[in-house]
Amino acid sequence: MAELLLELLSEEIPARMQTRAAEDLKRLVCDGLKAAGLEFSDARAFATPRRLALVADGLPTARADVREEKRGPRVGAPDQAVQGFLKSAGLTSLDQAEKRDTGKGEFWFAIVNKKGGPTEAALPGIIDAAMRGLPWPKSMKWGSGTMTWVRPLQSIVALFDGKVLPGEVAPGGAMAPIKFGDTTRGHRFLSKGEIKVSGFADYAAKLRTAHVILDAAERKKIVLASAEKLCAEVQVSLKADEGLLEEVAGLVEWPVPLLGTIDGQFMDVPPEVLIVSMRTHQRYFATTKPDGALANRFVVVANNVARDGGRTIVDGNERVLRSRLADAKFFWDQDRKTRLEDRLPALRDIVFHAKLGTQAERVERIAGLAVEIAKFVPGADVGPVALAARLCKADLVSGMVGEFPELQGVMGRYYALGEKLPAAVADAIGDHYAPAGPNDRCPSAPVSIAVALADKLESLISFWSIGEKPTGSRDPYALRRAALGIIRIVVENKIRLPLKHFFKADDLMEFFAERLKVQVREKGVRHDVVDAVFALGGEDDLVRLLARVEAVQSFLGTDAGKNLLTAYGRAVNIVRVEERKDKALAAKIAGAPDPTLFEQEEERALFSRLAALSLSSRIKSEDFVGAMNDLAGLRAPIDAFFEKVTVNVTDNDQLRLNRLKLLNQIRATMDSVADFSKIEG
Amino acid sequence: MSDPSARLKPTCFQELILTLQDYWAAQGCLILQPFDMEMGAGTFHPATTLRALGPKPWYAAYVQPSRRPKDGRYGDNPLRLQHYYQFQAILKPSPSDILERYLSSLEAIGIDTSLHDIRFVEDDWESPTLGAWGLGWEVWCDGSEISQFTYFQQVGGIEVGLVSGEITYGLERLAVYLFDKKSIYDLPFNRTDSEVPLTYCDVFLENEREQSAYNFEVADTDMLFRHFADAEKECIRLIDRKLPLPAYEQCIKASHVFNLLDARGVISVTERQSYILRVRELAKACCEAWLATQTAEAA
Repeated sequence: MAELLLELLSEEIPARMQTRAAEDLKRLVCDGLKAAGLEFSDARAFATPRRLALVADGLPTARADVREEKRGPRVGAPDQAVQGFLKSAGLTSLDQAEKRDTGKGEFWFAIVNKKGGPTEAALPGIIDAAMRGLPWPKSMKWGSGTMTWVRPLQSIVALFDGKVLPGEVAPGGAMAPIKFGDTTRGHRFLSKGEIKVSGFADYAAKLRTAHVILDAAERKKIVLASAEKLCAEVQVSLKADEGLLEEVAGLVEWPVPLLGTIDGQFMDVPPEVLIVSMRTHQRYFATTKPDGALANRFVVVANNVARDGGRTIVDGNERVLRSRLADAKFFWDQDRKTRLEDRLPALRDIVFHAKLGTQAERVERIAGLAVEIAKFVPGADVGPVALAARLCKADLVSGMVGEFPELQGVMGRYYALGEKLPAAVADAIGDHYAPAGPNDRCPSAPVSIAVALADKLESLISFWSIGEKPTGSRDPYALRRAALGIIRIVVENKIRLPLKHFFKADDLMEFFAERLKVQVREKGVRHDVVDAVFALGGEDDLVRLLARVEAVQSFLGTDAGKNLLTAYGRAVNIVRVEERKDKALAAKIAGAPDPTLFEQEEERALFSRLAALSLSSRIKSEDFVGAMNDLAGLRAPIDAFFEKVTVNVTDNDQLRLNRLKLLNQIRATMDSVADFSKIEG
Repeated sequence: MSDPSARLKPTCFQELILTLQDYWAAQGCLILQPFDMEMGAGTFHPATTLRALGPKPWYAAYVQPSRRPKDGRYGDNPLRLQHYYQFQAILKPSPSDILERYLSSLEAIGIDTSLHDIRFVEDDWESPTLGAWGLGWEVWCDGSEISQFTYFQQVGGIEVGLVSGEITYGLERLAVYLFDKKSIYDLPFNRTDSEVPLTYCDVFLENEREQSAYNFEVADTDMLFRHFADAEKECIRLIDRKLPLPAYEQCIKASHVFNLLDARGVISVTERQSYILRVRELAKACCEAWLATQTAEAA
């Protein structure tokens, strides 16, 4: 058993691409090994800013010759089948195949001889194919070459069983080929010269000595552990940021976290601004004080062990942060000189969408909707709602949001507070994009609710009106998120919002239904029950809809519910079978049965029980649990009916039709609560 | 100082420029002088834009005064200017040790890599107005961007044959770093022990104030719109006459006038895109015409 070690050393690979590239390399090499019939016990791939590495263990040193027979289509089969067979067998014409009579007819057979031999003969081709197939999100050529890689490729370590594999990669043009070898390089600054390696264990160990931690997971651990230790020494806490940690681990081969200080003059700039500026521009971690407020310390992760212990590096980083924050503070001070109201004209210059006009026009639509929505949101006064809606996009033309688009809304809130606008208005401006995802907080204040709903409804209605509906994979305007946002706001705040009041499009309502199913599935709500309730049509109040869904679902969980569902199925089936026989039947059994035609006690009992129900008034008063209890009461008479009464009597068609009417009435009654035919067993 | 490679570490702004020139000259680069027109970046210099195309190798380095009207801060921001200097080196085709050469240039100007944290952070470069893009990095020194490094893949909408490695040093920022100043204006322009020692402030503060006022408040926009239209027309006419070099100068002019109009805030968002496209069309036409002369020469 032997080991394959591969390392592709290049100039610095973008952090965001490393993890995926390592996985792709592993997948491609493993697929190549399997296709060549080479078994292996384990394969692992790694990425650092300068290298992709892969190790596969337990490979055989040689393969035996393999003879495979492949049966193809029948002789004389259509050409398409023949071509498919040739392609899959790697043949170019039927001359290379042979005919054989299998006893069940004559078939084509391909004989594929896989040449065995030493494993090392197969590996260079596998490596070459994997490198060609590696799907970098963006790649480039360099020098005079034509080969593409993420950045210029520098060297290749390719060892099998401790020996260098024969092979090379030709970048093309006038450039020398990159030969497979057994040498690599360590850290760009903390290591000098070439490193000769004999296998993976040796490679990983020597890299560590040369200040390269091969495994990104270990680099992350080191960053976290050292950063937390530094923070603890000055009584602050590291603000967790998984995305940043991931990126930082891709920027350093030898992580050295260092603690810096934010200049005090910037601590009155909103913390969101400081955090965004540190994160997006500088990749610094923020820290918090014990009370949760932003602390004046930050953590920068260097890629170097400096001989002054990092003092110069920290000084430099503090200095660059000062200039970054000076700019942010400049925007903060400048922006507050202009009232949000006075920014509105500038929204006329921003095109929101070619077919939907400017941001200013959009704001008008949002404001119109918000006022209308406010009527359904208890405690949302029209005045503040209208004001917040009108101002909610004003910060888009502020300097700060121009610099940091992700602070939209957040800055509007601060500027509104600065103008002494009511807190509810400021909060609504700050909240109106929320919830941005399933884990984002959901607005709960009345004014915020109205504006946040209006913002999302406007998107849906507008994009729907120009035919920009999301398709399976494309949702460029994040309309799914908008619909999910509306659902969350409405449901979590129990807002009785008649959606149909705001739009006519039926398929938009269906879109909501689909999103709602996705939304509630996690909470254990059955999608078929949602379907059953939606199928009634006309329901556009999500709160009422979910109350009904919950009642139906818990009813179906009881014995009475299960039995009734069976009885319902039986009733519907009988009617359906008869309807199939007689196309005109549906018309004949519409309407109520005639009590004078009843012959058996069970018919009368069932009929009077159905007649005594007050389902519609219960439903009207949204007493869905009561309605379910009513339905539960049907179980006994229905069971008795089926036990004693023959529906399809052959000698009395009038009686038969009357009984079918009764069954139809069961269906109609139950369907007034939910379309039980949608319920899956 | 007879041996240029023995030049001491720079102590002032102009010595930084001289050191970089010496260094890149020793790497085999032509040392060119700034192009005598206003432009937003050293990349606009024909020694980069045009020379990046065509089959001939080209190593050159030069300082280019660069103007970004929108970046003006009336001299109030210690690290932002509307007029600043870029030092640009272009190596075509990019040699395989170009990063090492770049890092040695940092050592030459006095950045001790055993004290600092040098990082290559992904930065895909794209110039919409030049129809150009490339892949590379921002180079960070202790969190401060000190250079941009780009492998050109396309220029003027044309895919390059030989790939140029382009290195751009933002000289003021780099100097602030090297000489440990809080503000660009505190930089010694010449040596502090000179007979007449002067700072960056002495040379440029007033310029920043006046130019910011011009860029943001005073520039005659009607005139600028006319200039844009004229430059565009002239560029197209010169391409028709098969004079890509003078045509490209008109393209540079149009680009700068657009930047001024943009800073004055008289170009709406939708118009903005169409102006950028217009400049790009000019750049493309110039590049195509220039490439035609190069290929004709090579043939």
